[in-house]
Amino acid sequence: MYTQALNTSDGDDRHIEDATRAAQFQARIDADERIEPNDWMPAAYRKTLTRQISQHAHSEIVGMLPEGNWITRAPSLRRKAALLAKVQDECGHGLYLYAAAETLGSSREELVDAMLAGKAKYSSIFNYPTLTWADIGTIGWLVDGAAIMNQIPLCRCSYGPYARAMIRVCKEESFHQRQGFEIMLTLCRGTDEQKAMAQDALNRWWWPVLMMFGPPDQVSQHSDTSTKWKIKRFSNDELRQKFVDATVPQAQFLGLTIPDPDMKQNANGNWEYSAIDWDEFKQVLAGNGPCNRDRLAARRKAHEDGAWVREAAMAYAEKRRQRSALQAAE
Amino acid sequence: MAVANIQVSETPLVLYTLRRADDALILGHRLSEWCGHAPMLEEDMALANMGLDLLGQARELYTYAAKVEGRGNDEDKFAYLRDVRQYRNLLLLEQPNGDFARTMVRQFFYAAFADLYWRAMMRSTDATLAAIAAKSEKESAYHVRHSSEWIVRLGDGTEESRRRAQGAIDELWAFTGEMFEVDDSERGLIDGGIAIDPANLRPQWLKTVSDVVREATLVLPDNNWMQQGGRSGRHSEHLGHLLSELQSMQRTFPGATW
Repeated sequence: MYTQALNTSDGDDRHIEDATRAAQFQARIDADERIEPNDWMPAAYRKTLTRQISQHAHSEIVGMLPEGNWITRAPSLRRKAALLAKVQDECGHGLYLYAAAETLGSSREELVDAMLAGKAKYSSIFNYPTLTWADIGTIGWLVDGAAIMNQIPLCRCSYGPYARAMIRVCKEESFHQRQGFEIMLTLCRGTDEQKAMAQDALNRWWWPVLMMFGPPDQVSQHSDTSTKWKIKRFSNDELRQKFVDATVPQAQFLGLTIPDPDMKQNANGNWEYSAIDWDEFKQVLAGNGPCNRDRLAARRKAHEDGAWVREAAMAYAEKRRQRSALQAAE
Repeated sequence: MAVANIQVSETPLVLYTLRRADDALILGHRLSEWCGHAPMLEEDMALANMGLDLLGQARELYTYAAKVEGRGNDEDKFAYLRDVRQYRNLLLLEQPNGDFARTMVRQFFYAAFADLYWRAMMRSTDATLAAIAAKSEKESAYHVRHSSEWIVRLGDGTEESRRRAQGAIDELWAFTGEMFEVDDSERGLIDGGIAIDPANLRPQWLKTVSDVVREATLVLPDNNWMQQGGRSGRHSEHLGHLLSELQSMQRTFPGATW
């Protein structure tokens, strides 16, 4: 709400930005300097980062839902406490990230409204359902594992507030990843039923997790400028390969089979995976994943059901302000 | 294959500890139901925080009850393998979340009691209970502060929030008396200095509650009929549904380790 001027300047800036400032900005990026909120920046840089950081924040918040689905059914008190704490961490990540996005001039309210209106995206992975307890282990192990792979390079992103938020987020994510792996390990050392539950979860999550890294490099829309601005330091395919190479030995250790019978290790030691079904990815992005409607409906319901609470808090704050103004006048 | 309920040998100290453990677990579980659905992100954080405090208290208390009982039970057996009639929590705490006002009034009524209770229990002659009390008191002090701030905001906020907050007070008031009840099994522990007499806490509790409710421009009901039964396993219908969800994994996969 304080950012009207910044927002309206978005479209026009491109015409009036002088070449000198743009060159100076790029020189700072090239010298690995951090860009801070009050620094001059190209409108497109601001827009790209606002989109990326807010999508990241939405993903944390929507991501609370599939895991939250198991908090009340966690199979032991230790697991219940750990899961509740983990989902709470994700909420915290959402809060830092909205705060980081706000430094670019958009308020949390408008960013959230865009998500609730279905205009802003969040990670496609959260449109898949958590059907068994093994899904909670798999999300920690693979979804958080993939998120870390994506986010570690962002700790060196050119935009200061985002980079700093990522440092804290990555520390917590790596804790979650180990926790998820430990859930899987317990299942894989358990009864036949538990092992089958773990394998089934891996079978369902493997391909959607590979899609988390985004479209293949030859069709990715945003990569070139993001790389030039040092928002993105590795390509989608590079990160996806790093993830697969790190994950295959972990699956072997667990005694689980990755659902890709043609996967093989090449001479460089990289694991070559089969073709990803990008049509499924497009469908999920278009709103046709198994849970897109449920996720948005749950967030909208929380937002609408909570409206009277937020209004009450505002009304009370306003009454207090008036009362203390009155007292001061007396 | 059905999983049998465990048998608990409810000596006075085991029963006493289980009652407090069940209070913490059931309210913690209720708060955890909010996760991802709260009116604002800050409140998602706060509700989870309070839920985690209570889960932590429950785990320590169950573990101590298991040790005192000495029959091979543990925190998970107590939580997952007792049925409704074996649960000993206060009726107040199993009441459904309802809207945010209902959740906050329930939290406030209980936390205002728990804070006084744990502070008094720090002087228990039972070293374990005294240690649990010292930790729990710090946590419940925050729960009182957080919930009482909301009671005031809601009561003195908008017409709608005021109506909802007053409605929640009216609905839940009849469950507050049970917090101060003592039965024969507890009387001996009170006499021995292991437990405290909660009746002594009632004046201070009533003062705290009345002060906050007055500041919130709300009123306490005149009706002083109080429900009871939770402590002896006569619960509302709500608890069975809560337990069927809480216990589903342990009941479906008997004996598995998670």
